[in-house]
Amino acid sequence: MKIHEFQAKQILRDAGVAVPKGLVARSADEAAAAFKELGGNLAVVKAQIHAGGRGKGTLKENPQQHGVQLVKSADEAGKVAGALLGNHLVTIQTGDEGQTVNQVLVEEGCDIARELYLGIVVDRAGGRPALMVSSEGGMNIEEVAAKTPELIFREHFHPDTGLLSYQARKLAALLGLKGKTVRSAEKFMRSLCRVFVQCDCSLAEINPLVVTGDGELLALDAKINFDDNALFRHKDLAELRDISEEEPAEVRAGQAGLSYVKLDGNIGCLVNGAGLAMSTMDLIKLHGGEPANFLDVGGGAGVDQVTEAFRILLSDKNVKAVLVNIFGGIMRCTTIANAVLEAYQSVGFNVPLVVRLEGTEVEEARKLLAESKLDIISAEGLTDAAKKVVESIQAA
Amino acid sequence: MSILINKASRVLVQGITGKVGQLHTKGCAEYGTNIVAGVTPGKGGESFEGIPVFDTVSEAVRETGADATMIFVPPAFTADAILEAVDAGIPVVAAITEGVPVIDMVRAYDIVRHSTSTLIGPNCPGVITPEECKMGIMPGYIHKKGPVGVMSRSGTLTYEAVWQLTNLKLGQSTCVGLGGDPIVGTSFIDLLKLFEADPSTEAIMMMGEIGGNAEEEAAAFVKDHVPKPVAAFIAARTAPPGKRMGHAGAIISGGKGTAAEKVAALEAAGIEVAESPADMGTALQRAMARK
Repeated sequence: MKIHEFQAKQILRDAGVAVPKGLVARSADEAAAAFKELGGNLAVVKAQIHAGGRGKGTLKENPQQHGVQLVKSADEAGKVAGALLGNHLVTIQTGDEGQTVNQVLVEEGCDIARELYLGIVVDRAGGRPALMVSSEGGMNIEEVAAKTPELIFREHFHPDTGLLSYQARKLAALLGLKGKTVRSAEKFMRSLCRVFVQCDCSLAEINPLVVTGDGELLALDAKINFDDNALFRHKDLAELRDISEEEPAEVRAGQAGLSYVKLDGNIGCLVNGAGLAMSTMDLIKLHGGEPANFLDVGGGAGVDQVTEAFRILLSDKNVKAVLVNIFGGIMRCTTIANAVLEAYQSVGFNVPLVVRLEGTEVEEARKLLAESKLDIISAEGLTDAAKKVVESIQAA
Repeated sequence: MSILINKASRVLVQGITGKVGQLHTKGCAEYGTNIVAGVTPGKGGESFEGIPVFDTVSEAVRETGADATMIFVPPAFTADAILEAVDAGIPVVAAITEGVPVIDMVRAYDIVRHSTSTLIGPNCPGVITPEECKMGIMPGYIHKKGPVGVMSRSGTLTYEAVWQLTNLKLGQSTCVGLGGDPIVGTSFIDLLKLFEADPSTEAIMMMGEIGGNAEEEAAAFVKDHVPKPVAAFIAARTAPPGKRMGHAGAIISGGKGTAAEKVAALEAAGIEVAESPADMGTALQRAMARK
């Protein structure tokens, strides 16, 4: 689960990690008032959307307006907030439509001596969380990792001991930090690692992490994602979710216990199992088609959930055909067949439907579909299914 | 022969009285698996389908000699169940449960890696040695005894590969689903070692996916240590960047772990890579014909 920058910074502030003073505003007036309350002669107005690349991003409605802007008066803060709020910010991560800006963070300006990068993820290979730092802050860190991996330093830590003091000092030295900044770094890194474990984060990223003119470390930006599987023990964190930031169809799918990701193609896919679902998308592409989505109905779904899956697929206006590919293990093919019949009745199919079934209760399921006399294209095996669904669009 | 489990395996079920545990206990027993005990804390002394239920794993092991376990307990308790099995000295532990918090697995894995137990999963279909022992949720009938060792990060994709192999009259020695989570107990390399050492395994089929570098590491290991023919398939070759799809592993990040890199690494190691998921079985056939 993703949260906003201002929410992440509040969590950090509460945990003793240094962040700039800032206030959230949902109107131009609130932004102007926030500027006054901060009391400085310089502030930054930052659009709050879940996607990255906000500084370079611009408004769909007005490309002159960037997602992060420096302001020098309350009046200017109000104007910038007024321009951003309610409009759509387009960044490299949002797609062409952009994301609606519903709130801005007004933050005090700070004196930046250096910009660093800091990130924590669970490292699969190491089997532990890893703190990564780099002197190349503010940049696209993935590019740094790809081109100059020697500029990224990392330390693994155990969840129960956290990052040890010497590990923090070691990283600080590698970053070329001196004197009291080393102490500041030790506190910053150790506190952040503690937050990572305590909040069951899947990602904590500070980019840039700045060294201020007086040698203190400060989180100028903050991105935190939580491990969805651990939200059951963090009711307070689960409440930070902002559904307006998410694709509505994906939210709807999530409520039905389905795993759905919307894509740009025109062939709707309904598959069980993530690996098979991804492979089905590959297969469609291989045969010249474009998948409209990733949809894993999972193993334990019942007729109601699978019917809901069909509703979600068919509500996508781009979908010109649907491919069902099921290899029944826990999932029974008869459940899928019954859901197809149910969907025909309650949703109605206005596009071709190709069905490939294999596995548990496959004979019964095939019989159910055949006896229904519905206009279903049945397929034998993967290649046949992909060819038929691509042809069905070309024929239409 | 086979790896991990065989007809002599004495299988324990942790979470045997839960809905999912019951369903799959029956399924495995019908397949012929020798299920000797179940564990559900608080239900010790009861029985399920004639199988004795114990409060703790160590009691179950002491009373029944269980030497393999499959875990169906809810996600919040899975790490604990794994560690209980490891503590009782069970050699093979298959954790089927999906949705275990990653930090729990970090803690558990730290202990498992220093133990004598092999952990499969979590979030996996389990392990099957066809016609001998099924320990998991896979449909039994698609499997056939034979010479191919199968390993995968995905469940249903494994079924697909197995079904293709069976239809080509290529049976399987043992099939293992590693699990789709960031931290799992067993890697491709762990299994490559076992399959290479197993006389009944003549060829190896692996299914990977984008993200991470497990496939690249496996490729390097095959090149140096596995003379047996190997075929592979990489799922999500066409996935758009930055989208997470079900498996935590299926994330493309910054040019690392892309399908193209994985395919190149596999091919450089002499592994036959299937272009299409429909072509997994025939890729294995080609790999066997080549050697």
